[in-house]
Amino acid sequence: MTDYFNEMFDGGKVRPPYNGLDGWTREMPAEFRAMKQAEAEALFRRIGITFAVYGEGGDPDRLIPFDMFPRVFTQMEWRKLERGIKQRARALNAFLLDVYGRGEIVRAGRIPARLVYQNDAYERAVSGFVPPRGIYSHIVGIDLVRTGPDQFYVLEDNCRTPSGVSYMLENREIMMRMFPNLFRENRIEPVDGYADALRRTMASVAPAKCDAEPTIAILTPGHFNSAYYEHSFLADLMGVELVEGADLFVEGGFCWMRTTEGPKKLDVIYRRIDDAFLDPLCFRPDSMLGVPGLMDVYRSGGVTICSAPGAGVADDKAIYTYVPEMVRFYLGEEPLLENVPTWQCAKKDDCKYVLEHLPELVIKEVHGSGGYGMLVGPKSTKEQIEAFRHKIIDDPDNYIAQPTLALSTTPTFVEEGVAPRHVDLRPYCLVGDKIELVPGGLTRVALTEGSLVVNSSQGGGVKDTWVLAE
Amino acid sequence: MILTVDHVTKYAYDVPMGAAVQSLRLFPSRFEGQREIEWLVTIENGIRGGSFRDGAGDKVEGWSVRPPVDEVVVTVRGKIETFDTSGVLRGHRELVHPMAYLRETSATWVDDGLAKLAEEVTQGLSEPLQKAHRLSAAIGEAIAYTPDVTDAHTTAAEALAQGQGVCQDHAHALIAAARSIDLPARYVSGYLLASEDGAPHEAAHAWAEIWVQGIGWIGFDAANSCCPDERYIRLGSGLDAREAAPIRGVAQGGGEERLDVTVALGQVQQ
Repeated sequence: MTDYFNEMFDGGKVRPPYNGLDGWTREMPAEFRAMKQAEAEALFRRIGITFAVYGEGGDPDRLIPFDMFPRVFTQMEWRKLERGIKQRARALNAFLLDVYGRGEIVRAGRIPARLVYQNDAYERAVSGFVPPRGIYSHIVGIDLVRTGPDQFYVLEDNCRTPSGVSYMLENREIMMRMFPNLFRENRIEPVDGYADALRRTMASVAPAKCDAEPTIAILTPGHFNSAYYEHSFLADLMGVELVEGADLFVEGGFCWMRTTEGPKKLDVIYRRIDDAFLDPLCFRPDSMLGVPGLMDVYRSGGVTICSAPGAGVADDKAIYTYVPEMVRFYLGEEPLLENVPTWQCAKKDDCKYVLEHLPELVIKEVHGSGGYGMLVGPKSTKEQIEAFRHKIIDDPDNYIAQPTLALSTTPTFVEEGVAPRHVDLRPYCLVGDKIELVPGGLTRVALTEGSLVVNSSQGGGVKDTWVLAE
Repeated sequence: MILTVDHVTKYAYDVPMGAAVQSLRLFPSRFEGQREIEWLVTIENGIRGGSFRDGAGDKVEGWSVRPPVDEVVVTVRGKIETFDTSGVLRGHRELVHPMAYLRETSATWVDDGLAKLAEEVTQGLSEPLQKAHRLSAAIGEAIAYTPDVTDAHTTAAEALAQGQGVCQDHAHALIAAARSIDLPARYVSGYLLASEDGAPHEAAHAWAEIWVQGIGWIGFDAANSCCPDERYIRLGSGLDAREAAPIRGVAQGGGEERLDVTVALGQVQQ
């Protein structure tokens, strides 16, 4: 039986971050809890936040279960995490600038050329282009798991357009509305500065040709997209326009937004559409979502695109293995956050080990996401394991393997009361003229007893995440 | 050799269209094989957008035409001095790692036929340069120059299976074959001065470049079984014809498009 780190209880003792919550739950009558749970659900329905997180697909109108039991970090725990996350965000951006430039890290033999330049996410079209302030990934979502009091691991990096931040904001909003007392009794760092910080970050990377207050817009694929709610929510909070490709056009080296008062020059685009669909003249010619000619305007310095096209080369699962190396190479520092040890089936020795230890390991597709196409060895049947064995033998390059991590648990409201459930964490790091991290993030929780898969498509829920003030 | 170019591309629409946007790669590459004397690219009633030189060293310029658009006329008039560099792209400034040119595209997808040809003709050879020459010759033999049997969407594999095609097909097949034996290769678009012996080819031309470690990028024109010399003008490159296209554009609306291209290349007698 694996020993899982419980974030609230150390044996029979309550760990300090949770002192303020111990009484709260013990004194809460069952009927009151049920009432509050129903209230929370009604609130989420009313505001319409029903989209799937992380592009997992599934029923777009399905509500992701919200667990009212907050997940708590002390200021000290958070500061340590914050330093590690910022360090990683800096290294990832340095890597992107480098591989679209001279590729020093490849020349130095610290990362194989093949992994970078033959990567599907490497956009030859932007090589040689230096985006404003040299930043490619302006919002870095870093997925973390915890296995002990001081032990955190990075599961994956998200350098393109990490979603789910609207949950972070809404979870807090709803908790504050339902349990105002909790927020009086505990000193909790606010997260509502996120939208302003995001806006400042975007404004700070306006192109050199922009000589006035920059105009910012969020580019969405449209209302049929599963994250449309988040796009419009953020546009609202930031006070910027929400636009679709058809609302924009290029002329004279700039990108323009159609408005009732005539065309308005756009300086920064926070795009929530994939590279492939941004501009049919540069990428997929059949794209109807993008803006023809946008990439020419971008590359000639007329508009900034966040995240920069091509940023995806830093966050696939094969490159992930080398992020600690990036930290050492570009920053000359030791990585503060650890990677999960990873075997790459593309390597012969690794593959051999993986095939011999399938029942203990977690196997993932290199480009997979959302908990699909994944094998959790200890939780799988013999047949499932054998099926995966064949998949790996057929296409080893497509798979990596990691040990089954003993994900920490936090108390979670369940049918029979309160019980430990496994969680992960996605904080959102903003990179512009400075690097900022709102104290908190999105905690996902595996609601099924014993489950280690927190993805909402696999029965996961979300929680409010607290960072206590000193 | 001093060459003149007069190249007019006309897109005519049967109904007035919304705005037209174009991305042009119609500017001569800068390397030891060519020296630009004068070069003018314009679009009638068009608005010039931003321009830049990309990581592959190509100059790209955006243009737009305000609606209603009946036709888009792109004109290139230029004069350029060219030199024979035996196909070697010497002195060309670029940043893209050669390995980025090992990636397949749908047009250069390698089937068994291409893989087999590449393997067979390069068997026993160890020098990449020899392999590249051998491949180029083999593709030239395998695909006979025949206009109008293939179209813009014909893939390398289809052209080889058919045994017929034009310069685009030769270039695609050579690129695909080279990549299949791990030689980085790319598509190049440009112009070619008609030779006096009347060998068949088009003035708007395309060929392949293959990366040879120690030398760099070398052009191979499988269609004319040679390496580019002073009769060639190089414009731009890409993974395949679509990426290297001198003109990429769209016009909004449902109108039917008619394309009319005239290219005249001349040699200035010195």
